[in-house]
Formats: sequence, C-alpha cells, structure tokens
Amino acid sequence: MRALKGVSFELQPGEVHALLGENGAGKSTLIKVITGAHQADGGSLFVAGGEVVHLTPSKARELGIACIYQQPSLFPDLSVAENIGLRLQKTGAFSRVRWGRQRSRAIDLLQRIGAEISPDAEVRSLSMPEQQLVEIACALGSGARIVIMDEPTASLTQKEQHLLFKIIRDLRQGGVGVIYISHRLEEILALADRVTVLRDGESVGTNPVDELTESQLIKLMVGREVSSIYPPSEGEPGEVVLSLEGLGCSASGVGGVTMDVRAGEIVGVAGLIGAGRSELARILFGITPADTGGIVLNGERISITCPREAIARGIAYVPEDRRRHGVILEMPSAHNMTMASHPRLFPGNWLRFNAESLLAREFIRDLGIKASGPEAPGGSLSGGNQQKVSVARWLATRPKLLILDEPTQGVDVGAKSEIHRIIRRLAREGLAVLMISSDLGEVLGMSDRIAVMRGGRLVEWIGREQADAHSVMAAALGTNGKDAA
Amino acid sequence: MSRFSRELTVAGALGLLLLILAVFAPNFYHLQPFISRLTSQMPALVAAVGIALVIISRQIDISIGAQLSMCAIIASVAAGSGLPLGAVILTSMGAGVLMGALNGVLVAWVGLPSIVVTLATMVAWQETLRLWQQGRMLALPEGIQWFGLSQAAGQTAVISVSLTIVIAAAWAMKNLALGRFIYAVGSDAEAARLAGIDPRRTTFGVFVLMGVLAGLAAVLNLVQSPQVQPNCGDGLELKAIAAAVVGGVAINGGRGTLWGVLLGLLLLANVNPALTHFHLPPYWEKAIQGLVILLAVLADGLGRRKRPR
Repeated sequence: MRALKGVSFELQPGEVHALLGENGAGKSTLIKVITGAHQADGGSLFVAGGEVVHLTPSKARELGIACIYQQPSLFPDLSVAENIGLRLQKTGAFSRVRWGRQRSRAIDLLQRIGAEISPDAEVRSLSMPEQQLVEIACALGSGARIVIMDEPTASLTQKEQHLLFKIIRDLRQGGVGVIYISHRLEEILALADRVTVLRDGESVGTNPVDELTESQLIKLMVGREVSSIYPPSEGEPGEVVLSLEGLGCSASGVGGVTMDVRAGEIVGVAGLIGAGRSELARILFGITPADTGGIVLNGERISITCPREAIARGIAYVPEDRRRHGVILEMPSAHNMTMASHPRLFPGNWLRFNAESLLAREFIRDLGIKASGPEAPGGSLSGGNQQKVSVARWLATRPKLLILDEPTQGVDVGAKSEIHRIIRRLAREGLAVLMISSDLGEVLGMSDRIAVMRGGRLVEWIGREQADAHSVMAAALGTNGKDAA
Repeated sequence: MSRFSRELTVAGALGLLLLILAVFAPNFYHLQPFISRLTSQMPALVAAVGIALVIISRQIDISIGAQLSMCAIIASVAAGSGLPLGAVILTSMGAGVLMGALNGVLVAWVGLPSIVVTLATMVAWQETLRLWQQGRMLALPEGIQWFGLSQAAGQTAVISVSLTIVIAAAWAMKNLALGRFIYAVGSDAEAARLAGIDPRRTTFGVFVLMGVLAGLAAVLNLVQSPQVQPNCGDGLELKAIAAAVVGGVAINGGRGTLWGVLLGLLLLANVNPALTHFHLPPYWEKAIQGLVILLAVLADGLGRRKRPR
C-alpha cells in the first residue's frame, strides 16, 4: 500500500497552510517526508527554490524546517534552558556548555512568544501546553522558516489557544511559513490562508480558505462512494446484550457513555484518533476500570475490574495492536487460540492437547486461516491470518459480546473482506458486536448502527439508513455539516 | 530457526566434546571420578532449572547464589540442633520459599525491576551470613553427608533427584497451563493480561519456585561434604544463567526449554575436566566458557534478525 500518491504541496513565506484529512489520509506521512523522517520514493522537494535530495532530519533542521508534534519531544529531566540549548547549539562532545548564554537565550525566546515559563524549570514539571510553548521557542530560536504544527490545540485550554494563535500570527508576520494540521475546522477557517485536503494518500486540492465552508471541507475530506463489497445486514437484532449507563473513567478521559448493543447487531464506533474509542473498549474489558456509570450485561448489573473478569462474563476484546497484544508471535497458533479459554477448555489446569488441536483445526477451517497447521507459530502467519487467529482466540471463549478494535488495520484487501464476512456471520449467529474502526468505509459498510465519539463522549447515533460519510465525518468533527452563514 | 535447533546444536557440541574425550582421553570416563564430577554439578543444574523459568518469564534473579548459601547455613544449623534429615530438607526449602517470596512480592506486586530487587536481596543475604557466621565453616553432624548412605548410593540419590526435577519441570512446562502462562507472560505481559492471565501471580509463583529450587540445591550441595561454608553459593547465579542462555533460553523471555538448559549446563561443566585431561592450564576454563556463551548469544542475535518482524 502506498501512503502517499503524487501529492503536490506548496508553502509560501508568511502563509499559514492547513493540512486536512481523515485518519490515515496521509497527513503524518507527508509531514515525515518534509521533516526527513521518511524518504519519498518519487517526486522532488524544493526549499526556497533549491531542490533538496536525500533529506535527513538533521538536514531538514539546517534548512529551517521545524516540527512541533502533538506529544512534545523534550528531555523531561533537563531544564527548559538546557532543552533549548541542546536543540539550538551545535556542539562537539567536548565543547564547553556556556550556561549563562544558554539561559539568557532561553529567557529571550520565551519572552518573544509571551510564555511565562521559568528557564530553570524542569521540563517534567511543565504542563503539556507549556511544553509545546518550549517547542515553539526552540523552533523560533533555530530561525525556522517552515514550522509544522501537528494538532497543536488538542490539549490546550481556550486561553492557551488564543495565545498560540497569536504566536502563529506573529510567525506569519515574520515571514515564516506554517503548516497547520488540525481536525478542528473552525480553527482552520479562522487561522489558515489556504488549505490542502488529503484523501487516501492523494491531494484532492488546495484552496484559499475564504472560498470554503465547513460543509465543503467535509465533502472534500470524505468524498467517496461506499463500495458494495460489504456483506449485507440481515435479520432483526435480538435481545439487548449490553447496556451502558453514563459509563466513564476519568483516567482515560471517557465519560457519560450510554448505549445499548443487541444480539445479532453490529454497532460501529466511529470517531477521530483520540476521541476515546479504544479507551471505551478498554473500560469495558476491565483494563482501565470504569469509575462512573453502570454496565448491564444480559440484564445483570455488573462491574468489571480486570480482563479475567470480563472474559468470565462473556466479553471478548480483539485488541488493536495485533502483533503485540493479539497474538504471541513465538507461540504456535493453537496455543494462541486457547490462550484466553484455559478455564473452560482445561479444567484443573491440565492441558488437553487433543482438544486443543481439534479446536485449532476447527477454527483454521471455519475462519479460513492460512497456516501450515495448528503448530505454525503466530509470527509465521501473514497479518490477515494473525488477525484471524486473534479473533479465534476470542471466539474460543464463547463470548456474548465481541469488541473489535480496528479489525482490519494493516490487513490486505482479500483478507479484509474475509474478516468482514466472518464478523457478519458471527452477528448472524447471535453475537453482539461492537466494532471500533477508523476506516470510514468499513464503519458505513458493516454497521447496523453507528455511534460517533468525540472528546471522550458519545455524541451521536446514526442509523444504517441515514449514515453516509458526510454525516459521520461531520459528527466526528463536531460540526453540523451545514453551511454556517 | 526450527523449533529445537538450539537444543540440537548444543547436544551436538556436547557430543563432539565427549567423543573427543573418549578418543584422546579415555581416562575421563573412569566411573568413579566421572560420577563425582557429575554429582558436583547437580546443585547448579537444579538452580539452572529455576533460573530458566525466571528468565523465560522475562525476569532475572541474581540472588540465587546468596539464597543457596543462606539455605545451606540454615539447614546445617537445623541439622546441628538435632533435627532429622527430612526436617532439615524441609527447613532449607522453606527458607528458599521465604526468600523467593520476598523477591516475588517486590517484583510482581510492587513493580520494581527484578535485577535491582535481587541485587539488593543478594547483598542482604550475603551480609547477613557474614555477620552471623563471621566466615566460619560449619561442621555437619553424622547422618547428613550422602543422606547417611554410602557415597555411591548418596551420589546416585543426588543425581536421580536432580534429573527428576529436570524431567518434572520440563513435563510441567509442556503439559500444565502454568507452563504456558510463563511463556505467555515472558513474551508479552500485557498480551497475557488481555488474555485473562494474571502476570503478577505468574511472576510471583516463578520467584517462589526459584526459592524452593535454591533450597533443594542447597541440600544437594550440603550432603556432598562434611562441612558447609557460608559462601558456598557464590558464583552459582552466573553458572546457572550461563547454562540457561547457552541452552537456548532467550534472555528477553518467552522462549527456551529445560532440555536445552540441561545440555547447556553439561557442556559448560565439561570444559574444565576436558582441559585437565588434555593437560592444558585450567586458567582457560573461564575464557572458553565465555566464548561458548558469546557464541550462544550471537546465534540468538542472528536468528532474531532473520525472523519476520
């Protein structure tokens, strides 16, 4: 799969250029190419009129390209001044650190962006937005001509946002080009001069912001037909299997989630990265137990404090990180499949190899897993087959509720539609399915109903009939999707 | 790497060494010295079984030498006070349980890194012994050496107990759910937790088992001589860890078999006698052992690079 295909992008001095796109549209890849973290395998890059070949991160820095990531990359144990000094001074291992100069430089830079941060504070003690300000000070100090900001407002308060916007406008005034990535359309409309929208790794156009409305932006982002390759929904859903009543966990920033999931139903959970979807799954599975609200499973009010309890209650969770958490790569597939069902399959903790191998063969046949046999180690399988082994592990627990977290991420097209058919079949057989996915087509194609999350809350329900890419994306972004004005 | 390639390689190296000795130094196989040498390795073998489980679960225990010394001294004090042999053995293993449990609590529940915890407990036990015994040797009462049997019978007993431990542990690692939990936790503790396995309980259990085996190893060491030194376990940790690593236990957890550990220990243990029989200076022992360990780790590194990531 290509992450970027023939994208043209241009940034002028003194311009704020917004970059917009769904999860996985290629924004991060583009940034990585510009900062030299990834090498483009086609096309060329010009900085200030000169072509740059073979860009590396240090070369990018020399060219005046600075990137401020969502998660600041500072040294937490060093002071603010030391961090700025390290970033700005190119020193040999044995050259002297000029403490006084380093400190006064830091004070000067912090003042220029209006940040009230002591240069002697340990970075560990700073809040996230304060750390971002230090990053900006570094960018400023390095004389950056191109500053990239990746969702800089995600963790900022209103007041801090205003300060940040003022700083960005100052940068623009000073002739710096700013590439601004954000999911908040109103910010883009207020701040940016131009916006480039990426979709599936391709640029769908660069436009001056004045000519666009929120609704048009969303259209540009999603603008694709949902293909009919998805297996159809069928039958009426049965009894309510799971209901959540104002469920929340302050530690993971999720709150007030109320929903019902019925037997035989696939509920898609849509939202942007960081909207709290995986966090919700982790609450339900007892990884980060809930501290508010209630869970009712099969009519019984329960609390879940650890995964073992969740499994015993009939909840299964196919985690997002397949290679780390879904399968144990060193272990034979059969062992992987029985991993979560020991109490059921092996009473008294005696392994039964016949039963295990039988179960493994059954799953290999049923799910169409391409493996040389039950003994094939998880690591020897392809991504799609690993995912099927992970699904098999959880089906072996005989769950009532199956939570899938990005079930087809990084899986090839063929395996993807096989997994979709499996999920649909499981629902038909009476399983309640909660499917988290960043793949908009998958959410629209598979879900009987779609729950859209934003900022740790469930903000909207969309039925299968009403659901289209535009309505889901509008809900995830938090705009009504209609033209303001 | 196929599944038992490491075990086969080590077995091949050991076989080659034994073959060379058979051809060029047949004295090596004179029964009495052969059995004595084998017997003297058995405490390390038992400890290596324990450390292998600890390493497979992605932890380390460097306090096992100090644990063995402590168990041996406690056992000999118990023996000196007139306790019967069975009670002495239980005392030694009980002391091991307590020391293992302390490590286990600190690592599994408090969440401290095992290398730091066991370094601290190692020093603690060593210094306790130093204060308590002031370096004195303890003479053991009659009826302890060779379990009160003849030397030949005692040696047979030591070897058969040790091999039984290896076989039982290897069998349990394959056939009991517990074994699979240890592999799973060592591969990825979070993955194991998501599958409903409690990594803390598993880790704790492994450290306690290590303590039991250290206690048993202390007994097997104790019965081989008429007196005990308070530093009798010094260096055991390195010997046991080396045997595990050479035998194919992955130092970052999740992989390895106890058969490999058995072979690894025998290979390392035969370096010294081989030198003697070839009239080479014994100073080479450590260097050659080091080389064997390095080759083993190198094989891991190369094998790992080839695996799909």
